[in-house]
Amino acid sequence: MNLVNKEQVKKKMASRLFTNRILQGLLLLATLFGLIVLGVLIYRMTTQGIGYLSLDFFTNFASRFPEQAGIKAAIVGTLWLMAVTIPVSLILGVGTALYLEEYAPKNRFTRIIQVNIANLAGVPSIVFGLLGLTIFVRLAEMGQSVLAGGYTLSLLILPVIVVASQEALRSVPKEMRDASYAMGATKWQTIQRVVLPASIPGILTGSILAFSRAIGETAPLIVIGALTYVAFLPENLYSGFTAMPIQIYNWATRPQIEFQELAAAGIIILLLMLIILNSIAVLIRNKFQKRY
Amino acid sequence: MGEDHKNDNLALSRFGVVLGRLPILVENRKHSVSVNELIKQNKSKRSGKIIEKLIPFLLLLCGIISILTTVGIVFTLIIETFTFFNQVPIIEFITSKEWLPFYSGEDASYGIWPLVAGTLLIAFIAMIVAVPIGIASAIYLSEYASDRIRKLIKPVLEVLAGIPTIVYGFFALTFVTPLLRTFIDGLSIYNALSAGIVVGIMIIPMIASLSEDAMSSVPNSIREGAYALGATRFEVAVKVVLPAATSGIVASIVLGISRAIGETMIVSVAAGSSPKATLDPTESIQTMTAYIVQVSLGDAGYGSTIYYSIYAVGMTLFIFTLIMNLIAQYVSRHFREEY
Repeated sequence: MNLVNKEQVKKKMASRLFTNRILQGLLLLATLFGLIVLGVLIYRMTTQGIGYLSLDFFTNFASRFPEQAGIKAAIVGTLWLMAVTIPVSLILGVGTALYLEEYAPKNRFTRIIQVNIANLAGVPSIVFGLLGLTIFVRLAEMGQSVLAGGYTLSLLILPVIVVASQEALRSVPKEMRDASYAMGATKWQTIQRVVLPASIPGILTGSILAFSRAIGETAPLIVIGALTYVAFLPENLYSGFTAMPIQIYNWATRPQIEFQELAAAGIIILLLMLIILNSIAVLIRNKFQKRY
Repeated sequence: MGEDHKNDNLALSRFGVVLGRLPILVENRKHSVSVNELIKQNKSKRSGKIIEKLIPFLLLLCGIISILTTVGIVFTLIIETFTFFNQVPIIEFITSKEWLPFYSGEDASYGIWPLVAGTLLIAFIAMIVAVPIGIASAIYLSEYASDRIRKLIKPVLEVLAGIPTIVYGFFALTFVTPLLRTFIDGLSIYNALSAGIVVGIMIIPMIASLSEDAMSSVPNSIREGAYALGATRFEVAVKVVLPAATSGIVASIVLGISRAIGETMIVSVAAGSSPKATLDPTESIQTMTAYIVQVSLGDAGYGSTIYYSIYAVGMTLFIFTLIMNLIAQYVSRHFREEY
């Protein structure tokens, strides 16, 4: 009895192995596509923008004349925005995560908060802009200010920070808490002196990625009415402002080739900022990974 | 307080009793303070007690902010959309085939269809790009790649996912569009094709990493079973792993569509601002998001019909993405294969 026809199997084997080879190549090609796009993108931005990168570019305000235009107001505006967004989103995000992981009873309300955060993460950023326009700019009468922009961005990245912080808190081993309780520490003392210090690397890594997302956000700021042509620096939280991505958008949508090159120069600066932030996140992750 | 907390307290008090006996053993020393007394002292401290009570309350407030955000979004959109429907009948909004908000007086027309059509066209083109490449990358990373290659490719995908959309928009306008124009005659400077392709590129990392997660969670024993029967790597990937990971992959695609619908800057920069319902990807179109940006940059006064129209459009956009997100959650929850 010979159920397997060896001849036939052998014949088919060759073509099956061939298909495997070919498709392995195709799949690799598809995977490398991302790498290629990234390469082309960085190459294009560098070659287009390098000509405008000079000291003047950092110290000049926006201008009608491309050779005099600079990105000073946008950089300072972005820094102001981050000065609001970073503390607000960190406090709210870590606070929410602490509540959900350490205090929240397992009931309906807690589940609602959790599901709600997951859904907020899927809301398009421009809708957060509409929220900010109504609540912060109009209702709270903050106007089109740094404060309104910073609050809007904080709410936008809140879900990311909450989820990252929750994961970091969850990774603190139970033994460490038990040890702290055994020494007579109260719940908050344990959280403050044992749980939080142990989870800070994880929280920071996730949060820094969230901040870099906030730096690159354009749409919500346009909706709340950030200015596109600014020749002054914000003086306080209620000043009008522009930000890097908005300045880039403004240059990119002008037809003259010179402004396109300015936009590319702005993009180089923006990407450099993000690379630095991301490197910090990776450094923190590598330094503190797997301590337990 | 949860049960955990009660247990902790119980354990603590028991521990306290044990410790409290210790000082008796060393009572020879004159000024010794028993640990029991120390614990009592600690417990009677007022400020500590207040903080213990106050902290959970403050943290709960933080959690409530996230709920308020959702409530705020929903109410903002509903209230302002109603104001809009007081000025423009809802029937016109849904049934009219023309979106001409900037025409004066009687000529203005507010039919959402052209914006929805433009949005769906972009999402469709984006998916044609993102789904095959994203899933192919996922298969390669999960089934073929060595650890070294995975360590090289994954950060690249993370970087691609972290690039601001305005950069992608500029890339579409200044690189992809001119490139396409060398192949396609009569391609307008602003067109759906270029914007759609770049939106697709933006979504690749998301589909790739979510699908790879789904494939990696398929247990190895199943793969090894197939290998033992003489299957090739490709056969294992397509006939065993893909079917087992279907729910995760479908969820990643639906989330991708949701992202494409909500994407703003790429389409604002590269797809143009001419709302029309067309299937021709070489033409200029306008998406819902791009319309909101156009109005925000213009000088439409607070309280005008155009001002309220962005909320009606935002509401439509919100409903679209919400449905997509709910579908994704439903798919990944109800069709998951458990091993």
